[in-house]
Amino acid sequence: MTPIVLTADNFEQEVLKSEVPVLVDFWASWCGPCKMLSPIVDVVAEGSDGSFKVAKVNVDDEPELAERYNIMSIPALKVFKDGAIAKESVGLIDQEQVEALVKF
Amino acid sequence: MYDIVIVGAGTAGLSAAIYALRAGRKVLLLEQLSYGGQIINTPEVENYPGIKKISGFEFATGLYEQAKDLGAVVEYGKVVSLENDIPAGDEIAAAEGISPDAVIKVVHTTKKAYPCKAVIIATGAKNRPLGLPDEERLTGAGVSYCATCDGAFYRKKPVAVNGGGNTAIEDALFLSNYCSKVTLIHRRDTFRADAAEVEKLKSRDNIELVLNSTITSIIGEDRVKQLEVTDKNTGEKRLIDVDGLFIAIGQIPDNSAFSPLVEIDAAGYVVAGEDCKTNVAGIFVAGDCRTKTVRQLTTAASDGAIAAQDPAKTETPFTIDSGVPPAGVRMCRLSPSSTPSARMLKLLSMLR
Repeated sequence: MTPIVLTADNFEQEVLKSEVPVLVDFWASWCGPCKMLSPIVDVVAEGSDGSFKVAKVNVDDEPELAERYNIMSIPALKVFKDGAIAKESVGLIDQEQVEALVKF
Repeated sequence: MYDIVIVGAGTAGLSAAIYALRAGRKVLLLEQLSYGGQIINTPEVENYPGIKKISGFEFATGLYEQAKDLGAVVEYGKVVSLENDIPAGDEIAAAEGISPDAVIKVVHTTKKAYPCKAVIIATGAKNRPLGLPDEERLTGAGVSYCATCDGAFYRKKPVAVNGGGNTAIEDALFLSNYCSKVTLIHRRDTFRADAAEVEKLKSRDNIELVLNSTITSIIGEDRVKQLEVTDKNTGEKRLIDVDGLFIAIGQIPDNSAFSPLVEIDAAGYVVAGEDCKTNVAGIFVAGDCRTKTVRQLTTAASDGAIAAQDPAKTETPFTIDSGVPPAGVRMCRLSPSSTPSARMLKLLSMLR
């Protein structure tokens, strides 16, 4: 799958009401490590067997979402399960570590 | 089989790859995380000769594409060990069409083994943590190692920067554009940073310097609220209210995968001089992970060029004789077939 682009409007539907866990990547265009993590997240998204979804939040476009989830460092990955944050990670991590986040 | 396996695809590793590839070698870069190394955290590089200004990400991407276009193979994985000068054995011999007795090196990641003729260690370094009890817990909740990534989240808020090198000063200057106040905490009363940067620091109204002091505690439940700072000389403690702490106290290398085969110093750096040769023939080291005094983008690129010289030589024998170190680095040489040009002969005659 291609990661879903999240906005304040679709966040509830795509993430909080999702039937499967959702990996959300909070990023910004001026953040080097975010740009390095982004393709890794894309690879994990492509490899999804449907047991999880992958989505991205551009913190410049969606400052309320960043604030709501207390984002103070990016890249930040958060995994939402049943409407709540189940796992999280801050900073650039490798593919295996990203995959571990979406395994339950 | 690869001629050269380069461990680390930062500036040093990619530079080495470019030199080796241009010399016709078959090169593999093994990277743990992503190409580019530390420079991807730098928003503006303004001290690389020949480039007035470029973002660290663009620089890294340019270097990466240059190496890829020349034929570099990049694989991702964590290198865990290195076998030196072992016989190829039947399996590798059959696969590579070489003698089972041929002496090779093998680089192991957690997943795969890579036989090769030479290795360049370019593992770089990562941010050094303060080592305080609550630091890890509060990382991402006020504790940060990347001012350019996270500065914008502290708009109009008070923050602190810890350190006294170029990164710390650049971070403080960058943050002073966004934040209500920046407290720069440094354990000495002098800075390692460039004088020009330090002068800029002093001209900013919202930067306070707290010198000869160390952070002794990070205070906060779910996010950073205060720092306890101790004056080194008087032992006096004070509390500083901050929303964020940016740690820029230098780097820490990790070369444990190559020890004890390759000599590593007490701080963890691979021991080698400016020739980038380790204590083991056929194993070279480039960039920030080497014992050296100046760790800059230019010196990383320079190390890469030097480290690639010997393994890039076409006359490098398949089996590197560990008793005889390869010849020194030649930055410029005429090929044996070269004859002086007419212009050069004329110039020489004028000198006589």
